[in-house]
Amino acid sequence: MATERTRLIGGRLIDPSQGIDDLADVVIGSGRVLEIVRGTERSRRTAVASGERMVDVTGMVIAPGFVDLHCHLREPGFEDKETIATGTRAAAAGGFTTVCAMPNTSPTIDTASDVEWVISAARRGGVVRVHPIGTITRGEKGQELSEMADMAQAGAVAFSDDGNMVKSARLMRNALAYSRVTGRPIVDHAEDPDLVDGGVMHDGRVASILGLRGSPAEAEEVAVARDIALARATGGKLHIAHASTAAAVDLIRQGKARGISVTAEVTPHHLVLTDEWIAGTSAGHPPFNTNCRVNPPLRTDADRMALIAGLLDGTIDCIATDHAPHTVVDKDCEFDQAAPGLSMLETAFGLLMRLVDGEHLSLATLIKVLTINPAQVFGLDAGTLRVGANADLVVIDPGAEWTVDVRKFQSKGKNSPLHGERFRGLVRTTMVGGEVVHEVPQ
Amino acid sequence: MTATEHRPAANLEQARADRVTPVWKGRRHILDLDDWSPGEIAQVMDTALTMKSILARPIKKTPTLRGKTIVTAFYESSTRTRISFEVAAKYLGADAVNMTASASSVSKGESLLDTVRTLQAIGADIVVMRHPQSGAPWVVSERVNSSIVNGGDGWHAHPTQALLDLFTIRERLGRVAGLKVTILGDVLHSRVARSDIWGLSLLGADVTVCGPPTLLPRDWVTDPGGLPWKLRVEERIEPALEGADVVMALRLQRERMHAGLIPSIREYCRLYALNADRLKLAKTDALVMHPGPMNEGVEISPDVAHGAQSVIEEQVTNGVAIRMALLYLLSGGTARPDGE
Repeated sequence: MATERTRLIGGRLIDPSQGIDDLADVVIGSGRVLEIVRGTERSRRTAVASGERMVDVTGMVIAPGFVDLHCHLREPGFEDKETIATGTRAAAAGGFTTVCAMPNTSPTIDTASDVEWVISAARRGGVVRVHPIGTITRGEKGQELSEMADMAQAGAVAFSDDGNMVKSARLMRNALAYSRVTGRPIVDHAEDPDLVDGGVMHDGRVASILGLRGSPAEAEEVAVARDIALARATGGKLHIAHASTAAAVDLIRQGKARGISVTAEVTPHHLVLTDEWIAGTSAGHPPFNTNCRVNPPLRTDADRMALIAGLLDGTIDCIATDHAPHTVVDKDCEFDQAAPGLSMLETAFGLLMRLVDGEHLSLATLIKVLTINPAQVFGLDAGTLRVGANADLVVIDPGAEWTVDVRKFQSKGKNSPLHGERFRGLVRTTMVGGEVVHEVPQ
Repeated sequence: MTATEHRPAANLEQARADRVTPVWKGRRHILDLDDWSPGEIAQVMDTALTMKSILARPIKKTPTLRGKTIVTAFYESSTRTRISFEVAAKYLGADAVNMTASASSVSKGESLLDTVRTLQAIGADIVVMRHPQSGAPWVVSERVNSSIVNGGDGWHAHPTQALLDLFTIRERLGRVAGLKVTILGDVLHSRVARSDIWGLSLLGADVTVCGPPTLLPRDWVTDPGGLPWKLRVEERIEPALEGADVVMALRLQRERMHAGLIPSIREYCRLYALNADRLKLAKTDALVMHPGPMNEGVEISPDVAHGAQSVIEEQVTNGVAIRMALLYLLSGGTARPDGE
């Protein structure tokens, strides 16, 4: 029906999946993209003539909704930290219309019925699309493989023991081999626990001055090297989660050059923040800010620049938030005892816009690595506004300035070191299936 | 008390006058020396000089901090630092209370913040904290009104130890600037080394650190230029000791170590212990220091530890004076030392 049609008019459409970066109208209806029209004057008349609802987004950017391959919704088991309802509202506020939920819940997601539970809970309480990730090993214990084919059939989009490396190389090799059956990637928490040795921040100059036990970059490097070797040997699909070191980027680059099936993600915080934030020197905050404790840890500026370079040359496929909400109690304590992770869904885009402002990457590239690229890594039907696709989109006000206020977060996790930071670039509207799930009035 | 004990020392009058000068920033907390100025350090040392004269009296008690409550909250065992603060508080007339983590609600699972909030609610004006985790005093200092004094946090900082070390060096050698100071041993796990490096560098000493590669922060070896201090790093003890004015041996912190950092104590001693032969490489009148507690026969041989060049016991005495000065300055330095 004509009345169901909505025309977003006057905006700049950036849809890397179609190679579009142009003034264009997006017509949606029945939850889908019905039409992309270039030439706004003509379509404005069309809209009036056909009785379409017209939404003027002049000066705004329209893009596919962002796709997050890596977030923690904490449900079931840790509902004090987050629920699917609050986590997906946070996602919507950050411009994410599709999120993949990590399985390190309680119980862990390691059976088909667990996967089905997440899907049904998301259907009941979620406002964006939620895809469960199952564990690689039962209970994430690293002892025996989970029933990955069953979980894939139930809807798991990938498998990960996130938070723990699969320590046994033999088991990891088997998991990668088995990924040929499921067609789903094995998401690698690449961090050798022996080398981490209780480290709580990046092992480098800042840790040595602060007297905090360091987690060395080579803990990631040796794990990435091992698992790329195993992916090569098995032909399995490997996806490196939250790459954080320059050496890891090099290894992934070499792996791709050799035709090994390896993809990678990087978090917004590893792209913008460094370990100096823990000393408080860069950020002007007090030292030992537990909200800067993340895993893998914030690294050096050289690592950060290597990650950006990796993103630009395609070594790193996409950005994923690693949204890890925690309670005040989890963070209001000694640095060593603080739970690692930060609440990122709502600040990701604003933080990443600093890379655009710093001319490290274009807005179009940023949108690409937040939309179609992650969708392709996990084979998701998302990240595009091609005609017929779900009308999952964001309207971005690229010039709007705003200040991060954790008290206003939709997420239960207020654990962000970015509180008080000033950002440029605001997600004004988020739509899922053509329905507005988040809106900031002008 | 005699009339003499009531009379303020001239230097204390000076200290009181200095209080209104901009040198002492009116700090609420003593957390680390990384944001101190040389002038502030000098002022603490000058004030400590006066306090040391009080220590020399037959009856050491003054009512300067009468009515103040000072709690020592120690989450880690300690002899000298805790007692040093406790007597410093008592000599100045404050009420000193000791809280030991193992005999408090901490053992029932109470969080650090709740414990310190409780101490504040009870009326602690100053809380002296020792904690096994780096940064713990910072977490607390931002959330309570009491003054927090860092009595040692993890591997990170021990500012009052550094101040007493600086005081001891200045008292013995007349200056700190230009001296060659060598810090030996388990630098990686040493909060004393870190604070000493800040203090010594601020006052213009040339600092060398020396230890086995596994007990030195590795970036200090690979990229010393990136550090906030000018530091010489040696992995062999002989060149580190050559021409030193001050040699400071550090305790081998076996309780902080994970396995595999050194092959054996025997080999460590053979390569890194400060013994009489090695001490000869330093200047003939070089000071021998150690923050204690010592593992005699491990990082330092007993004859050196108790030899003519050793000022280790003096460090302990000076520690009381420095802590008296800090408690006095932290309390505003307003009360007359004789309580009038």
